[in-house]
Amino acid sequence: MSNPQSTSKEWPLWEVFVRSKQGLEHKHCGSLHAADAQQALHMARDVYTRRQEGVSIWVLPSAAITASDPEDKDTLFEPARDKVYRHPTFFVIPDDVGHM
Amino acid sequence: MYTQSFNVPDGAAPAKPVAAVLNATQQQVQDAAQIKFDAIIDADGKIEPKDWMPEAYRKTLVRQISQHAHSEIVGMLPEGNWISRAPSLKRKAILIAKVQDEGGHGLYLYSAAETLGTSRDQMLDALHSCKAKYSSIFNYPTLNWADVGVIGWLVDGAAIMNQIPLCRCSYGPYARAMVRVCKEESFHQRQGFEALLAMMQGTPAQHAMVQDAVNRWWWKCLAMFGPPDADSPNSVQGMRWGIKRMSNDDLRQKFVDATVPQAKVLGVTLPDPDLKWNEERGHHDYGQIDWDEFWATVNGNGPCNKERLATRVKAHTDGEWVRAAALAFAQKKAKQQAAQKEAA
Repeated sequence: MSNPQSTSKEWPLWEVFVRSKQGLEHKHCGSLHAADAQQALHMARDVYTRRQEGVSIWVLPSAAITASDPEDKDTLFEPARDKVYRHPTFFVIPDDVGHM
Repeated sequence: MYTQSFNVPDGAAPAKPVAAVLNATQQQVQDAAQIKFDAIIDADGKIEPKDWMPEAYRKTLVRQISQHAHSEIVGMLPEGNWISRAPSLKRKAILIAKVQDEGGHGLYLYSAAETLGTSRDQMLDALHSCKAKYSSIFNYPTLNWADVGVIGWLVDGAAIMNQIPLCRCSYGPYARAMVRVCKEESFHQRQGFEALLAMMQGTPAQHAMVQDAVNRWWWKCLAMFGPPDADSPNSVQGMRWGIKRMSNDDLRQKFVDATVPQAKVLGVTLPDPDLKWNEERGHHDYGQIDWDEFWATVNGNGPCNKERLATRVKAHTDGEWVRAAALAFAQKKAKQQAAQKEAA
């Protein structure tokens, strides 16, 4: 998410990740403004977990994220398209082998 | 809750910037990007923040999402008014939770708008200086406790009708915010309806309060869906872009059809002599909405416009020192930590 040039007195932007339950990964759920990390955690609790949506929260400054450029989508991800042999279903195995 | 499903032009439009003249190569690149964008929209795909998008698409979204966010925040005021006067501890706890949700919805939406390159400060400045609109429904007063129930039942009910199609909006962050909002919204409508049911099991005076509140809010709720399709020229473009999924009149009809049986269960009448089932259409017919009153309110002359805005501005101004102090504290701590690291 973009971080507008904050020359102002605006609090920095943080990205919020919530683990919905023990055993699952933290998942991005949104962003918020906070003065520091501790406050960002408190805010994230109020904004994103009012209904027990989480058991753990991560916050990190949005400015710390390096994202791939949508323009590079083809260069980055296209090469995997013709490598169908990376999927198990590519290989035909006789039925009598059973589950493999 | 609470979008007004159309996007009113915000006041004091800035002078149109002169479009930069593109050279042939730049023009080619832009045309290619436009073709790609159109293909995604045609395939009902999603646009994400860093993707190329036409300037007009970006501007429309910023305006609509920020108006929606402002509506959530201003929407806290009419109900917040009743927190200290709720009839029981249970109702008070429910109302606090609901008003807090509205604040949360505003925050999800401001974040979504910020992904388009506008800043929170810019949006708040626009609201506080009257340049940005918010849903006109909040410029009416909440006169008695039944108003709180009716806001939940009808105003939130209308908002849900509006917002469910927005979950499929072509702009990813807006659609995701709406999914979250809609999940929470259902509680708002049900708590309102249930509060009214409780009153309808009470004294004749309580019945009268409910009926009075319904009479005052019904037409305003119908107007929330925006002008008739024939008078909404921007809707077509919004539909084309997958920002708007259903027309104002279709949504309004859906709302009327859903609400009539609910009113029957509740035991109240809806204040429209022309409201009746039309067998042929398979829908309810309803009377004329007073659009002059609606526009007067949108344009700043409703009963509570000035009070709502003044309350918002005061809250923001009164909080100024808190925001500054938190930032100063964070900067001081960061400096101390850096010094400690250096010393170590």
